[in-house]
Amino acid sequence: MTFRKIISCTLFLLLTQASAWAAPYPSTYSALPSDPVLIVNATILTGTGARIENGQLLLSGGKVEQIGDATAKIDTDDATIIDARGRWVTPGLIDVHSHLGVYASPGIKAHSDGNEATAPTTAQVWAEHSVWPQDPGFNRARAGGVTSMQILPGSANLIGGRSVTLKNIPSITYQGMKFPAAPHGLKMACGENPKRVYGERKQTPSTRMGNVAGYRAQWIEAQQYIQDWEEFESKKGSKKNDKNGTEKAPKRDLRLETLAAVLKGEVLVHMHCYRADEMATILDMADEFGYRVSAFHHGVEAYKIADTLAENEVCGALWADWWGFKAEAYDGIQENIALVDRPVGGCAIVHSDSEEGIQRLNQEAAKAMTRGRRAGMDITPEHAIQWITANPAKSMGILDQTGTLEAGKMADVVIWNGNPFSVYAKADQVFVDGALLYDRENPDRQALSDFELGQQPGAEQ
Amino acid sequence: MRNIKSKRTSWAGRIALTLCLTASFCLQADTLFINDATVHTMSSTGILQQGDILIRDGKVQQVGTGLTAPADAAVIEAKGRPVTPGFFAGITELGLVEIGAVESSVDSGLETEAMRPEFDVTPAYNPHSAAIPVTRIEGYTWSMLGASRSGSIIGGQGQAVSLSGAYQAFLGNKVLFIDVGADASEQSGGSRAAQWMLLEQAMTEAGSEVSWSPDPLLTSAGRKTLTGFRGDGIVIFNVDRASDILQVLAFSVRHELNAVISGGTEAWMVADQLAEAGVPVLINALSNLPDSFDQLGARLDNAAMLNEAGVTIAFQGAGTHQARKLRQVAGNAVANGLPYEAGLAAMTISPVMIFSLGDDHGSIEDNSTADLVIWSGDPLEVTSVADQVIIAGKPVEMVSRQTLLRDRYLPVQSELPRAYIKPTGSE
Repeated sequence: MTFRKIISCTLFLLLTQASAWAAPYPSTYSALPSDPVLIVNATILTGTGARIENGQLLLSGGKVEQIGDATAKIDTDDATIIDARGRWVTPGLIDVHSHLGVYASPGIKAHSDGNEATAPTTAQVWAEHSVWPQDPGFNRARAGGVTSMQILPGSANLIGGRSVTLKNIPSITYQGMKFPAAPHGLKMACGENPKRVYGERKQTPSTRMGNVAGYRAQWIEAQQYIQDWEEFESKKGSKKNDKNGTEKAPKRDLRLETLAAVLKGEVLVHMHCYRADEMATILDMADEFGYRVSAFHHGVEAYKIADTLAENEVCGALWADWWGFKAEAYDGIQENIALVDRPVGGCAIVHSDSEEGIQRLNQEAAKAMTRGRRAGMDITPEHAIQWITANPAKSMGILDQTGTLEAGKMADVVIWNGNPFSVYAKADQVFVDGALLYDRENPDRQALSDFELGQQPGAEQ
Repeated sequence: MRNIKSKRTSWAGRIALTLCLTASFCLQADTLFINDATVHTMSSTGILQQGDILIRDGKVQQVGTGLTAPADAAVIEAKGRPVTPGFFAGITELGLVEIGAVESSVDSGLETEAMRPEFDVTPAYNPHSAAIPVTRIEGYTWSMLGASRSGSIIGGQGQAVSLSGAYQAFLGNKVLFIDVGADASEQSGGSRAAQWMLLEQAMTEAGSEVSWSPDPLLTSAGRKTLTGFRGDGIVIFNVDRASDILQVLAFSVRHELNAVISGGTEAWMVADQLAEAGVPVLINALSNLPDSFDQLGARLDNAAMLNEAGVTIAFQGAGTHQARKLRQVAGNAVANGLPYEAGLAAMTISPVMIFSLGDDHGSIEDNSTADLVIWSGDPLEVTSVADQVIIAGKPVEMVSRQTLLRDRYLPVQSELPRAYIKPTGSE
């Protein structure tokens, strides 16, 4: 790959400038209070591909302190002990593709905040500015074991805007949920949606070739933007070019700022793309402009180019079995995830794109695992759990902080009532940064959004 | 078909079996014997361990334990695996739509605003839709075709259909679809109150020999259709809010309709009234969010509570292409308090009763239509699959466009472009 080939050595100046801009709307997240917890006798799926029978897991100070089997010497004298005999423990689940908060429940027009479908490129918008933290879906997702998620703009536009990664804690503000130090993502979209939305208005793009021309024009502008800033930085203070000693800075442009950040590798590209041929085109485009695609989302035909995705280190964020709702989804198969997972380096992710699916990522992964096994692939639960933990974390740039149960990582943990790869599995307890934020048996640890307070008596379910 | 073994078969049986493996339907296997299954009969017999099923001429001839395979039977060794009646795929547009967003391939609704109860989706049914084998091989043998995308609150008529792939595969009588509540508000001038005004006017018009109104809602054919539903006609009301459900119950009593609730997100709140009225509910058991202000009472134990109250339930809400997800919906209902056998009943015998398809469907008893599924494990579990589907006594070839795509891309490498790999599905 030719990542960042175009980035010149003077770019560090610009990076300095950009880091000042990246600061706005900072995370105010802080882990909720927690006491040390020692989980014992659990079947632990670590998220690193390993499975520990009769495992022990010590959570302390919001971090995974220690993990090991029954023989491990755990160093604690003040931890509350949870006997998880017969139960399974996994990392907190991560959904790389959610619209919670930007298409909140109830799905009324007033809550339709996910697509700024007024121009084919709206790289200047940030999904976090649409997130309604009172969306009851966040609480439902937590009851399903989801501790982190990426909230994306919709797919009406070629370039829809910045995503935001959230920790799934109840908060009055989105800043209070914002995952500390997680990079932004950029939502882009291939195929039918942008060309339909704008084609129907007799605007460009109205074709797939129009789509690609649209992206390329944006990247060219972004390259120029980078160059203008580099020139400005290099001339700054140079008397030769500036009789007053001050060089006029290029005009700041939010749209190009985001695109420039992609070209510099600071913002990760998450691209909605169904068809295999289109994904290949996008990979060529990424080479042309020297950036990389972090994950193709939906990728109903990803199985057709599984080797290419693996070689390019691009994840496939996929559904277990959706298909047929539009032409580019006609070739969906239930082995898609397993086939994308199969090559060496393959990175398969089970994503939801659904306020229902995000509650049952474990079931979706179970279906995908089952279809892979039926097709002759040897896929274990300890492997498949990575599709909803480590792999999404990797594609979102947060794997160094969460996504696996390794000492030093965030104590984002789910205790399941049994094997999570089952329709009958339920999350008994969910910890976020070590804090118990959901307990199936304890209503005091079941959050209820403001919206549902005082509504029908069923609301808490 | 890997689970079909020729143990205890005669030469004739083996020949029949061989044909089974190559024909799209197993034309020669008129006699089939399923050996050693866990048979969920969905009848008063309950569950038969080590049960055997003898199938002849499309019917279950005998079900029991310790039966002997006739010499001419093709034998399927179930090895203790579960066998159930074929599952109900819910209310779908199977055969009425090929691709959801491709308008030219969608025939499931009359988009005009005129109220046309005589609109009937069944002439549009295409048994060759790719979605039918996709659904069938996952254990579903029948569905209710819905008139689901119409421009009027009366969507039109649908009918149950066997997923056999035959042109003439309809079951039972026509049913009528009516939308009530916020989702249908646009079709009734912005108020759900007007839905009842319009429906009352329609019923009044239907009771007249001639059109009495200068601005009638109905054509003469429409009047005839509506009149035909009075008495014992089944009318499916798409409705979620508890207060709207009570309006449906009152309306159905007034006009002698057999109401079925579809949606029913808040049905648990009026469970006793539903039970009293004998009105069944088709619910989406995954619905636990206030998707709209009609669904503020959404909860995961809706199915369990309705069942407990004595309401007959089945499931819906998985859509058309994803109809195969319905057993996962049922599994989640069981995970949230619905007794397991009630969950299985909701996939089999209950919808048969709801839609009055007759005694020979939905259960495994002597003389039942032999629509059966042999499962790899628990039929409601996401890690199980349908190993073999049998429709009208014939093993279905377990092939769909999706399995063919899978088989094309499953080989790790291909010397020639994969376009030259043309799997047939036959092993």
